[in-house]
Amino acid sequence: MIVVADIVLDKVSKKFPDGTVAVADVDLEIADGEFVILVGPSGCGKSTTLNMIAGLEDISSGELRIGGERVNDKAPRDRDIAMVFQSYALYPNMTVRENMAFPLRLAKLDKETINTKVEEAAKVLELTALLDRKPANLSGGQRQRVAMGRAIVRQPKAFLMDEPLSNLDAKLRVQMRTVVSRLQKQLGTTTVYVTHDQTEAMTLGDRVVIMRGGAVQQVGPPQELYDHPRNLFVAGFIGSPSMNFLHAVVEEGALRTALGEVPLGDRVRRELEGADAPRELILGIRPEHFEDADLVDEDTRRRGMEFEAPVEIVESMGSDKYVYLTVEGERATAAELEELAADAGAADFTGAGANLVTRLSAESPVVEGETRRVWFNLEKIHLFDPANGRNLTLHEGRAAGALAD
Amino acid sequence: MAVETTTRAKLRWGLLDVVVVVFALIPVLWIASLSFKTPATLTDGRFWPREWTLDNYRTIFATDQFVRALVNSIGIALIATVIAVVLGAMAAYAISRLDFPGKRLLVGVSLLIAMFPQVSLVSPLFDIERQLGLFDTWPGLILPYITFALPLAIYTLSAFFKQIPWDLEKAAKMDGATQGQAFRRVIAPLAAPGLFTTAILVFIFCWNDFLFAISLTSTERSRTVPVALSFFTGESQFEDPTGAICAAAVVITIPIILFVLFFQRRIVSGLTSGAVKG
Amino acid sequence: MSVNATPGGADVAADETATRSGARHAAVPAQRNRRRKPPLSENKKAERRLGWLLCAPAALVMVLVTAYPILYSVWLSLQRFDLRFPDQREFIGLENYVTVLTNEFWWTAFGVTALITVVTVAIELVLGMGLALIMHRTLVGRGIVRTAALIPYGIVTVVAAFSWRYAWTPGTGYLANLFSEGAPLTERASSLAIIMLAEIWKTTPFMALLLMAGLALVPEDLLKAASTDGATAWQRFTKVMLPVMKPAILVALLFRTLDAFRVFDNIFVLTAGGNETSSVSMLAYNNLIRGLNLGIGSTMSVLIFLTVAIIAFVFVKLFGTAAPGSDDGERR
Repeated sequence: MIVVADIVLDKVSKKFPDGTVAVADVDLEIADGEFVILVGPSGCGKSTTLNMIAGLEDISSGELRIGGERVNDKAPRDRDIAMVFQSYALYPNMTVRENMAFPLRLAKLDKETINTKVEEAAKVLELTALLDRKPANLSGGQRQRVAMGRAIVRQPKAFLMDEPLSNLDAKLRVQMRTVVSRLQKQLGTTTVYVTHDQTEAMTLGDRVVIMRGGAVQQVGPPQELYDHPRNLFVAGFIGSPSMNFLHAVVEEGALRTALGEVPLGDRVRRELEGADAPRELILGIRPEHFEDADLVDEDTRRRGMEFEAPVEIVESMGSDKYVYLTVEGERATAAELEELAADAGAADFTGAGANLVTRLSAESPVVEGETRRVWFNLEKIHLFDPANGRNLTLHEGRAAGALAD
Repeated sequence: MAVETTTRAKLRWGLLDVVVVVFALIPVLWIASLSFKTPATLTDGRFWPREWTLDNYRTIFATDQFVRALVNSIGIALIATVIAVVLGAMAAYAISRLDFPGKRLLVGVSLLIAMFPQVSLVSPLFDIERQLGLFDTWPGLILPYITFALPLAIYTLSAFFKQIPWDLEKAAKMDGATQGQAFRRVIAPLAAPGLFTTAILVFIFCWNDFLFAISLTSTERSRTVPVALSFFTGESQFEDPTGAICAAAVVITIPIILFVLFFQRRIVSGLTSGAVKG
Repeated sequence: MSVNATPGGADVAADETATRSGARHAAVPAQRNRRRKPPLSENKKAERRLGWLLCAPAALVMVLVTAYPILYSVWLSLQRFDLRFPDQREFIGLENYVTVLTNEFWWTAFGVTALITVVTVAIELVLGMGLALIMHRTLVGRGIVRTAALIPYGIVTVVAAFSWRYAWTPGTGYLANLFSEGAPLTERASSLAIIMLAEIWKTTPFMALLLMAGLALVPEDLLKAASTDGATAWQRFTKVMLPVMKPAILVALLFRTLDAFRVFDNIFVLTAGGNETSSVSMLAYNNLIRGLNLGIGSTMSVLIFLTVAIIAFVFVKLFGTAAPGSDDGERR
């Protein structure tokens, strides 16, 4: 059975009657069999987008095509899509078996076929022993698996998953993540997966769609979003611990920052020559692009620069060390950063001065309270325009650091 | 109060429990005891009967007066309950699930009615029903019962409906159900306990009413048991009706006790969820 | 503000999809033009219609059986209208109100009603709180306590009233012989006390249930936190539980106050209003059904309605936003 189940969103928008725009002109093409993640802070429109694909919410304007066919006006049942809900939405009055059989019974399949299919799906998800239990007697992880089972049992064109793992505890979440991933690869079914957890986004999908305020910020494979963020929001959202942001001032072809004078390559300098070019920038460095200066060989040292800062906290992770440094100077400010902080629930809890989170080698003898000499990689830094968040180091979709010519 | 689970604490709570149970049950046991007393021992002032008899029950079921009233009570309460629950369920569904102007008004009005002094309605209804020919008929009682039961029904039902995870409706739609199938196969089974609980509460309310029943009826045609009780006179005017009244009282208390015994949990949740939420 | 210039690999994937399904897309623009009206408002309208449709029957019944009769009774109260003398029916303005408000029976009944209301509600609040705590926190036999407590709530008031009446009837009753010489139901003070006892017995469980719902809202951790902060049991009750329960308490008080003000059944059975123990409801009933005086009866109805409205208004002012149903106004 060959079903082409690509999903195309063509300028899809959602306006509510009170005038708020939940989703604005989203263009997205999801290939057949692809696993796409919609991610963003709460209220970014990702769930609304998913509900519009499901048919649970009307599309205000634009067009939605599944398998090439326009489905804007089709009821959910005619779209041949299965959905997994955050609350699992298991029917409490039915057993696991009945829950999984429900879509098949609605499709009027004969009893035998239904039974075989349910047993099969139960086997895949290791639910066979639980088939005659009611959802109330299942653990969170088991319920989650039943919800998945109900979705896969009828072999739909596509799966939609609305934060399916967010009600599980951390350990189970990691475990179920691999289950979801394996299942999707086995079945090869087009999947759209909504989450607010950037770790899930990074680990699960073929491609990740980052949304903010109803608009798509960037689409691409996880590693690409991580290495080449188009803007400040994407840079701050992807990565844990997140990228460090510092205030920087452009001064005679170089940048004055709390870490010292950062030299600029020709390309960035050209970007900054225009009359309307920003005089102040935001410097972004990921934690792993720092290193204990004593551990850096000469060759590497040349690609970066060094600074000294007091060490506040050292967290040893075994494989490496998270070192929190205090640096003088202004904190970087931008609308995107405030939004990200608010989403993390830390908008009003920032402490004084700027802090750097760095990830140093486990061999580093760094201790709390000392002042340490730390190196960072100039080829990996990003520079953002605080006014619009644009990544100035990006060239043809590739981030090239500060020194590129 | 917080986390003491010593034997002494248990004992203390047990003692309190006993006090509550005794306090709640004594009047009920007392009237039951009276109903089993023979006329001779009726006035002995003792709590338990010395001689047991079922004569009082035979007497009341032999009189047309009581049987007729029992039929009226059951019929009127059942019809009023069914109508009130159906209308209440419709309104509660709209209130808990749909967005439409006038919703707050409806909630406000039903709240007002719940607090309404029923006696204020007695005089106009008395006159209106006489003019419409509804006085001393079943519909004449069913109508006000529905009216005063509706706020109760709307409150408890909308509290129940709000607890139903409506994601299930979405899930059913995604599983290929039509709106009708989603309601019939997923939502209705979940709403059933709520409807049932509400029905019990409404029935108790109708079963209990005295003011409307005594004001809007005048003959056995539609007189309910509570009213008939207050008019009981006994076989002859020399006979003390006490035993008969008590027997009748026990008979109409039995359904209530059964409800309470079997559906205690549901009644509690129905009463509390409707009244206090936030 | 669409951002679709997807960099790198994403472009490749997107291009592939575009070419693969490109043929089918050709037919699409024609369709797109056809649908320009916003489908949402249609949906919204349908939702409104359904909402009104579903609420209409309930609203209609409630309005027909309450609003119209209330207006009608205002109209009746402005007339001399005694069913025994139907010929004398005439419009007399506020004369009935003057008659009632200068009548000492009315004020006696009003005083009795107010006394019963205040005393019973106050006692019920205290007992109800105790009962709620027992039902909520008891370590043993929670089911039994809750079941037992529901019996007074469910039982027919008239039945309970008879039980109390016989209990206090000299000769017959276990209480009469125990506590008093003579017949307590023939004296005013003792009659009122017995009426209040019957009321309290019957309605304390209801009060307790409403309060228990409030108790359930008190987070267990909050009590533990207060404990570790060094609060005594009494301080935990007054400083932690009561503030959280305040809305529940106010709701319970409002419901019970208005309910108590309607007291009728117990008085009817226990004293039939003798020895100046009539409540306002009893008095209105007597004027109407016994006296067949529709004018005076309606006047009393209106006055009772106004009193209740004032009580409710005062409570709602006290409530502020905690008024019951205020959260029902919003969705979810």
